[in-house]
Amino acid sequence: MAARDKRPSARRLASRAAINLILGAICVAWLVPTAGLLVSSLRPRELIALSGWWEAFRAPLRLTLDNYVNVLSRANMGASFVNSLVVAVPGTLIPMAIAAYAAYAFAWMDFKGKEWLYLVVVGLIAVPIQLTLIPVLRMFNALGVTGSFLAVWLAHAAYGLPFSIYLLRNFIGQLPPSMLESAFVDGASHPTVFFRLVLPTSLPAIASLGIFQFMWVWNDLLVSLIYLGGTPDVAPMTVTIANMVNSYGGGWEYLTAAAFVSMALPLVVFFSMQKYFIRGVLAGSVKE
Amino acid sequence: MRLVSLLAAVALVPASLAAYVYAAEPILARSGRGGKRAGARPWVWLAPTVALLGLFLVYPIVETAILAFRDARGQRFVGLENFARVFTDKAMLVVLRNNLAWLVFFTAGTLGLGLLIALLSDRVRWEPLAKASIFIPMAISFVAAGVIWRFMFEFRPAGEAQVGTVNAIASALIPGFEPKAWLFDKATNNPALIMVGIWMWTGFAMVILSAGLKGIPTELIEAARIDGAGEFQIFLRVILPLAAPTIAVVATTLMINVLKVFDIVYVMTNGALETEVIANRMYKELFNFRHFGRASALALLLLFAVAPVIVMNVKRYKEGSARHGSAR
Repeated sequence: MAARDKRPSARRLASRAAINLILGAICVAWLVPTAGLLVSSLRPRELIALSGWWEAFRAPLRLTLDNYVNVLSRANMGASFVNSLVVAVPGTLIPMAIAAYAAYAFAWMDFKGKEWLYLVVVGLIAVPIQLTLIPVLRMFNALGVTGSFLAVWLAHAAYGLPFSIYLLRNFIGQLPPSMLESAFVDGASHPTVFFRLVLPTSLPAIASLGIFQFMWVWNDLLVSLIYLGGTPDVAPMTVTIANMVNSYGGGWEYLTAAAFVSMALPLVVFFSMQKYFIRGVLAGSVKE
Repeated sequence: MRLVSLLAAVALVPASLAAYVYAAEPILARSGRGGKRAGARPWVWLAPTVALLGLFLVYPIVETAILAFRDARGQRFVGLENFARVFTDKAMLVVLRNNLAWLVFFTAGTLGLGLLIALLSDRVRWEPLAKASIFIPMAISFVAAGVIWRFMFEFRPAGEAQVGTVNAIASALIPGFEPKAWLFDKATNNPALIMVGIWMWTGFAMVILSAGLKGIPTELIEAARIDGAGEFQIFLRVILPLAAPTIAVVATTLMINVLKVFDIVYVMTNGALETEVIANRMYKELFNFRHFGRASALALLLLFAVAPVIVMNVKRYKEGSARHGSAR
């Protein structure tokens, strides 16, 4: 009897070990590429080209920050870091502010044409931005704003709007009607209700959306590549790195450090606000 | 200077938007009613949205649809010439083949691995750690991922010390393995690029599928287990059918995104050696060949490809609002 009880549990133990082993192997495989790049970025230039990054752990240990110093001072990465911030922060704030207004209007105001206007917004979520590149570029050229931050801000704002409105409307539309109605009865105006009531209660949704949009803009290559026109002094990090790859090819002492500089901020954001980020991902795809 | 414009944008945009609705309020209040019946007010609140969407999305889409039927400069009507070229030109056919390969293998690979990891991580104690390691690539840019994987695929001729991880591991494990230039060999470069895409997006599929799997009632699985079903049977007969809607949502999202793939190819091979995809070809038509007509035709092709999804989204929303409309 006892032996019979033991056998399934032994089998269970084996299967549990197998699950841990397989998942562990997958996770290691997933982390190795990034870890390898990080280790390489800390090795002296001549060693990167000479031996694999795993040799770095062999004595004598020779690690250095030279690659980071070089890439930040000489390869334009310092300025590009600032450019990425200048692109991404307004590129996040503008669409969110505008989307919050629209979401509030869609959720709590009645007007003619509301239904079809919202359908246009939902329809635009899945439209590839490639469809807009040529006319928008011609428009920017005609206005003389190609290569300016204003151009990328407006473009990112517009491209981020459909999804932002959709996400925020779902959230704002679920607020209890009694809460808003009692405020209106007390004589509050729409702006007061929006800023004092709706905005503070929507903070979790706004945080998720903000992180999402920020990551999207920070990591974007195409929009900056096209509307900033490849001028080095306005190029964000993604564009600068892409140019480095094309011109240096295997200049790994630059590329490894540059890639890591560009990853630093998203990784910090991800680890400190993982909960909100994942909530944003979930809200974006599990519709309804 | 740059930081000044950043600070100006950060401070001025929200402030001026707030000032805008507050300033409009007295005018609206005088002419209209308060509460939910709002008169012209909705259009005040929606004006920035309508302007941006109209200028940067609706108008350009219409314009692109027109340009696709015109010549290089967008002046003369040429009928279906640009489209005919897409489906006959040899280089273009390679582009279409590649996009199809991305669509099939990227979607299947990401979905399969995401499902596997979601199932496995549900059964270990270190689930958050496992999920975080898989999800990390989702937080970095395709450009950084391109650099990471160029380094992974780095090639040195046989006999020299291999610097790239992939060649080093293959040489160590497989006796007599000849190091390969993965990105420069036509047999391996497209699969290598697609693998990078899978590496980046598996975390996304895993997170959503895992949430879907956790929604399956454990009683159902327990009941199947008591009836004597094996783990694989349970997966096939209970988990898979119940997770099907979630899988469908993830698959559509992946497909929409993979059709637009650009950055990975741009950074890793720049479309050389038959690795070009629609978005990269379009970029080349636009900036290297300066042919607006062909570039627009390619863009329109993307629209046709995602059209079913757009229709589905709109339909689903309509059904949803019909169901919830009366409740609100």
